[in-house]
Order: sequence, then C-alpha cells, then structure tokens
Amino acid sequence: MNMTIEQLEKKAKKIRFNIIRMIGIGKKGHLGGSCSIADIITALYFYKMKHDPRNPKWEKRDRFLLSKGHAALAQYAVLAEFGYFAEEELDKVKELDGMLQGHPDLTRTPGIEANTGSLGQGLSIACGITAGLRIDGNVTSKVYCVVGDGELAEGQIWEAAMAAAFYKLDNLVSILDKNGIQATGPIVERFDTNPLPDKWKAFGWYVMQIDGHNMKDIVQALDETDELKGQPTIIIARTVKGKGVSFAEHKAAFHNEMLDEAQYEQACRELQSKEIKKI
Amino acid sequence: MNMQNPREVYGKTLVEMGRENRNIVVCEADLSKSTMSCYFQDTFPERYFEMGIAEQDMTSFAAGLSLTGKIPFVNSFAVFASGRNYDQIRQGICIAKLNVKIIGSSSGLSDFGDGSTHQSVEDMAIMRAIPNMTVLESADGIETRKMIRAIAEYNGPVYVRINRDDMPDLFPEGKKFEIGRPYVIQDGKDVVIYAAGIMVSKALKASEILNKEGISVRIVNVSSLKPVKEDELKKQAQGMKGIITAEEHTLIGGLASVITYTLRGTGVPIETIGINDSFGQSANSYDELLEYYGLTEDNIVNAVRKMF
Repeated sequence: MNMTIEQLEKKAKKIRFNIIRMIGIGKKGHLGGSCSIADIITALYFYKMKHDPRNPKWEKRDRFLLSKGHAALAQYAVLAEFGYFAEEELDKVKELDGMLQGHPDLTRTPGIEANTGSLGQGLSIACGITAGLRIDGNVTSKVYCVVGDGELAEGQIWEAAMAAAFYKLDNLVSILDKNGIQATGPIVERFDTNPLPDKWKAFGWYVMQIDGHNMKDIVQALDETDELKGQPTIIIARTVKGKGVSFAEHKAAFHNEMLDEAQYEQACRELQSKEIKKI
Repeated sequence: MNMQNPREVYGKTLVEMGRENRNIVVCEADLSKSTMSCYFQDTFPERYFEMGIAEQDMTSFAAGLSLTGKIPFVNSFAVFASGRNYDQIRQGICIAKLNVKIIGSSSGLSDFGDGSTHQSVEDMAIMRAIPNMTVLESADGIETRKMIRAIAEYNGPVYVRINRDDMPDLFPEGKKFEIGRPYVIQDGKDVVIYAAGIMVSKALKASEILNKEGISVRIVNVSSLKPVKEDELKKQAQGMKGIITAEEHTLIGGLASVITYTLRGTGVPIETIGINDSFGQSANSYDELLEYYGLTEDNIVNAVRKMF
C-alpha cells in the first residue's frame, strides 16, 4: 500500500482510537501492550504486508502472528479498518459467542493466522509456517511475528530462536515489542530478560534496533529485512507501554485494566479522533 | 502367531504415505531411531524436521506446518509427547482443531528399563480430557498401519499411542479401521472384555484358559478411546454376565473410565484391570513389569472367575 509516513502516523492514531473504543468504559482490556505495538502493526498492515481482506486465506499473502496474543485489540483494530469484518464487531469484543475473543482465535476471526495467548508459542508457530511455505516453494510470502519482552522469559521462545536459525528461516521477521513492563511491573526489576541484542545475535539472528514509535524507522527497518538472506531477523523495537494515552504510558496498571468515563474521554481527546462515538 | 513391531510398522507406513501424499511431513525430537521416524528422514529429508530435544517448540512448529496445509506427524515417547508439550497441544493445536498428529511411542510400561520418567501411565487420560482431540491406541502391527493411514485421512488433531514391544497380529487383515469403532476381535456369550493395546492379546490368551472352564468370552478392542461409538459398546455388553476392562494405563481417565461411564446403569458387574494410581519403575523385562502391575492374562482370568 502506498501510504506516506504522515498518513501511516495518522492511521496509527486511528488504530489506537479503535483500541480505546473496544476497551470502552468499565470493561477490562489490554490497553498497554496493544498501544505499544500500534505503530508497528500499522506499518506492517498498511505499508509492508501483502494481504487481501476479501480473501484472507490468499496463499501468496504475508502472515502476521501475534505471539503476545493479549495485544489482540491492536490486531482487531487493524483488521476492522481493512474490512476483514464489520467495524461494529469492535463494539462486541469479548461478548459471548462473539467473533472477537480476548485472545486471537483463527476459527472465529477472519485474518487471524494462529491461536496465541499462552505466551511463548507464537514464534514457534511462525517458524512452522515459514518452513511449510518453503516446502511449497513459496519464497515470496514473509512471516512477521510480534513477540513481547516479558514473554522472552518463556523457554520455548529460545527453542524457536534456535530452530529458526538452524533452518535458516530468512523469510521470518520477528518484531520485539520492548515496552519494558510486564503485568506486575518493570521487567528488569522482576526477571530481567536483557541483554537482548547479544542474546539474539548469539542465537544466530540478524538484529536491528529501532524506535518502535518512529514510523520512518519502522518502515525502513521492515524494508531492510527484505535484503537479508540466510538467517532470520529480529527488529528490537523500543516502545512505551500504553503509548498515545498519557495517563497509561509506562504504567503496568494499564496492562489489563478498565477505564472510567473521564479516562475514556481523555483518551479519546488525546487521540484527536473526529469519529469519537459516545458509548 | 505372527509378531510385528508396531514402531517398525509405523515408520514404514510413514514412508508409504509420504510417497502417496506430498503433504505428509514429520517432526522429531532426537528419538528417531526409537520412534522409527528415521525411515522417513532417510527417504524424504526435505519434509523431515529434526527439532532437537525441544518438544514444546516441535509441537507448536507442527501447528505452523499444518497451517500451510501440511499433515505433520510429531514424534516422541508417549510420556513426553503428551506431557512435555501439553500446553502447546491444548492451546495452539486443539482449540483451533489443527491437523496435527501426535505419536506417542514406547507407550505404557514398554520402555521397561528407563523407569517412571519414561513410562506413560496417564497419557491417554491427559489427551482425552482435551476438547477436539481424538485419542487412539493400536493393538498390533496390522492395526497400527491401518490406524496411521486413517488418521492421515482425518482432518483434525489426533493422539496415537504406540507400543515399543513386538505384538502378535490379531486385527483382521481384511477389516477397515474406522476412528471411533470398537472392534469385536473374538465373539463370546458370557463375559465381555473391553481391552486396549497390549491387553487385547492378553485377553485372547485369558479366553483360551476360560474357554476350557466353560466360560465364553467376547473380546472388544477399544482402540478408539475418543471418540468411541457408545451405542456399539452398549450393544456389545448386552446379555453379558460380566464386564471386564483391561488397559496398560492408570485406571483414572482411560478405558476403565470410558466403559464404566458408558455402561452405567446396566446393572452388569464390572471389573477393571489397569494400573492403580501409581508410576512405573525400571525392570529387567517388560513382562516383569506387566506382572508386577497386574496386567497379565492371569489377572484377567481371575477377574472373570470372580464373576461366577
């Protein structure tokens, strides 16, 4: 899709607004980790990835996996923008028998590639998809997998990291959402998963480091991955948990929390959406 | 009686299917020479993934392969193939009903020397509890081949338990294997024995002894623990004076649970043979263990005699 950086930034704001809209007033939702990946997921879907909302299972599509499945709201926000499902579904998130579950479910939601949410598994699934596409001779479809930094404590992540390097899965690009905060607080104070670049390099990955809220950086890094052959790539993106909603930024409290009416209205104002809907 | 090793049969069946269907792929965690996935590795290296000793990654990786239309067969010992990767099976595979086949090799006590860490006494119970999962156990080489071919045709997650030891042929060569069907291996009119895996051949031996005492035994091979046609199980118990279940598995959550639940209210006495809520241990032979845990033809004979 040919969008300018400015247009992408505007779109990311809309995505954040969609996230807030889904959380609404008095309902719990993973605000922090969804907002931290809003720019990354916007760049992927609106700039980088080949995909077709009218044909979600198009064989030649690029795949997107959300290993940190709790940030599903960010993906729902994007999928709705593309018309993978009716926008009204956003207002019914997590409702009984609904299309949009608390965590991604491929059986219910068009555009979802895998069931993730039990942390540490998405990267392995992404590796399997990449290997499967290779068997088919499909060398043009890329597989993008967003991983969280708290999730790196899961041993399976490192099993997958080794497998990806061993099998030289160069169509696999992982984006690490390094927002520094897990459910109960700062990661470094709990179970420090650093030093990240050194670890991933040692595991055989090509490592890039960017500002995960700088759209130009994100787009450049994603384009650069196309040139890299023979090993998988990880883009370590420094992000801010709750980015875009001032009172939630850097706060573990908004990992999975509800908004009161005043907070909701403030969040909407900050995201400067003209389409704010009173709910 | 012709003996076959079900692991050997499994390994060769994989190759056979690999020739017929390009979508068959195999994942292994460094046990290829025990699970016999090594045959597939030799024949189709480009469709074979040695995933290292990393069962969790292997299982989720297989989920990914299935999402590109492949039919992955995931191999390890039963105890690891159902335990080490339980969450990966539940979350990544079964919720979405992905087409992944988990093959638990060296099942039950059949890896006699390695002891409790390598013996699966509860794998069927664990797998059976997961929604969307199909749970099977083969009773001999013939059934192993038919079963493996049948699950490749079925679109959905399957767990199969395969014994390490040689087993006598007993499944009729001409009969089709269908998921969910309990097979009458031998008909009789006094007592019905529902057995699975190695216990089917033990039941046949027990029946020879009982026959001499004038007791006629019907033997049902319940190779599909889930799903299982409950109406057929009920029919097979009709008019019987007693019901026996026999499994190489804990009595909790396996065949005994299926039969006692399905046949509740029939009023026919039921005796259950299986492992009584305990782990295995090392021994010098498989038979020694089967005897220690009460899984022999004599145990079956005694259970039947109690009913008369």
